[in-house]
Amino acid sequence: MTAKILPKHAMQGWIETLREHYRIIGPKPAQSQYVFGDIHSADDLDLSYPTSILPPKKVLLPQREDLFRFDSMGDTPIVEPTFDDEPTVILGIHACDMHSIALLDRVFEKGTTDQHYQTRRENTTLVSLECTTSCSEFSFCKSMGTLSVPENFDLHMTDLGDEYLLEIGSKKGENLLRGFNEVREATDADFERLNKVMSEKWSHFTYRLDFDVTELPALLSLSYDSKVWEELGDRCLACGACNIVCPTCYCFDVRDEVDFSLRSGGRFRVWDSCQLDRFAIVAGGHDFRDTRAARQRHRFFRKGKYLTDQYGVVGCVGCGRCAQACLVHISPVDTFNELHRRRVPSAAAQEEALA
Amino acid sequence: MTNEMQMTLEAPSIYQPIMLSILEITPMTDLEKVFKIGLPHPMSQDHKPGQFMQISVLGVGEAPISISSSPSRSKNSFEICVRRVGALTNALHALSPGDVVGVRGPFGRGFPIERFRGKDILFAPGGLGLAPLRSVINEVLDDRSNYGRIIILYGARQPKEMLFRDELQEWATREDVELHLTVDEADEKWKGNVGVITTLFSKIQVSPRNTVAITCGPPVMYRFVLMELLGMGIPEGNIWLSLERRMKCGVGKCGHCQMDHIYVCQDGPAFSYAEIRHLEEAL
Repeated sequence: MTAKILPKHAMQGWIETLREHYRIIGPKPAQSQYVFGDIHSADDLDLSYPTSILPPKKVLLPQREDLFRFDSMGDTPIVEPTFDDEPTVILGIHACDMHSIALLDRVFEKGTTDQHYQTRRENTTLVSLECTTSCSEFSFCKSMGTLSVPENFDLHMTDLGDEYLLEIGSKKGENLLRGFNEVREATDADFERLNKVMSEKWSHFTYRLDFDVTELPALLSLSYDSKVWEELGDRCLACGACNIVCPTCYCFDVRDEVDFSLRSGGRFRVWDSCQLDRFAIVAGGHDFRDTRAARQRHRFFRKGKYLTDQYGVVGCVGCGRCAQACLVHISPVDTFNELHRRRVPSAAAQEEALA
Repeated sequence: MTNEMQMTLEAPSIYQPIMLSILEITPMTDLEKVFKIGLPHPMSQDHKPGQFMQISVLGVGEAPISISSSPSRSKNSFEICVRRVGALTNALHALSPGDVVGVRGPFGRGFPIERFRGKDILFAPGGLGLAPLRSVINEVLDDRSNYGRIIILYGARQPKEMLFRDELQEWATREDVELHLTVDEADEKWKGNVGVITTLFSKIQVSPRNTVAITCGPPVMYRFVLMELLGMGIPEGNIWLSLERRMKCGVGKCGHCQMDHIYVCQDGPAFSYAEIRHLEEAL
């Protein structure tokens, strides 16, 4: 693999060069937390960010997105689909979020391709960032197998102190360095430094799941009727925050709006939440998932089983954002561990049963 | 498919409807109207009875609505039977012939009627459930010699809520159709059976292993109808249902129609009981 070295003091120059061709999105401070937002200069960017309130999903699948505009002024209504093809670079994406983008790619491309997502995705270049320390007390990426960046990066950065090592993953990534002269080829000594960083990072992350993640789909299958769902349902406030901050939640509602003429307007999609009580209700009034317990189970089954079964990749990337956002401290890793604990009786209990 | 219907899938956006004219509107009851929607080109025979369309009124919204006409009779048009219950369906009811509606589809998996050939077919629609099953009934009647007995058990709440009454009349007079009707509440003119749909099952005998049963109705109905059908000895794989769900996209993305791991808009809305009996969220 070819790799380049970018001195940190050259970051400003790189961003200026990129801004000639791209909209740049990256992590930046917002009050006491961090958000992915527009980067105009290196001063905006903080690549040492722990985690962000919302994942970079919001760039690829915006919270609100126009699908088409219409105009019914004439005899025949005109319907014009809208696509966002602005060349965009997302800088500093952590490994968990890269895994979630790999999932979103499959969701929106499998079967019927969603051209709105596809257009934006094709015009987006992903620059991932090696995670070297745990970003949050809530994260459990090591347990989910998402601590190593997947191969969908265009450019991957590793912090070597005064410099970044940039691994080039695609032509799109290579293009980001075109016309920028302050990078040099990585040498054997640089790779040695990279290897040192990589080998030291693992001990900074802990396993938080009490079992191997490959057992998770089967564990859930066995736990469909578990009391845990009722217990979570009793606690859940049905606020939907877990869905909103989740990098792999992509369910959406579709709505229409009209302008003052009442003859023209548009149709758009907005993020939706399976925890809200109207998510599965039909016009006649029947609610097909009418308890918070059933809705909690549905969310955890999607994360731990359904998405894995359907798309072959993990549905929860262990970022911990939902646990951080939850007002009643519902956490996926605690939930999975509790399900496991109830399926696997302790040694003492087994002995007691045999006695 | 090589027709205009498929063009909606080939549009620059999968969410973009094509705008089609309403040819006729036929009031059915206080709540339901049938809309005949014109197609610029003949719709292919490829649309399966049991599939649905996403129908929209620009500025109001979009909803999934099952196709009520049979492929055998959907040449330059198709029909939908719409109950006004929400914003979109009320907006549809306010339209007139000549107005346009947005159409995407057809979507989903319909009933695999080619597998039903040679069998007796028992239809058990309840209420608005006749709308999608009418598509299957007429398809089968237009190919009558390829099927055994045709039995139709139809239940409505009141006589005035019965749908497609002209066709019910026609089926009642046909020698090769066994039609049994019931209402939950009779009026002074009603002379037929009174009671829920399950009270009709005692009026018929079937050859269970040579019968395919197809049912569609309000969610509460399925459990009771299924008990009757299973009690008759009809195999689980020969009992077919059409399931209603909230749907926003029709293409397996928006997540609303999911029941357990199944996307109703993709894998259904037609299912055999064998396929869904183990899913708690199905029925």
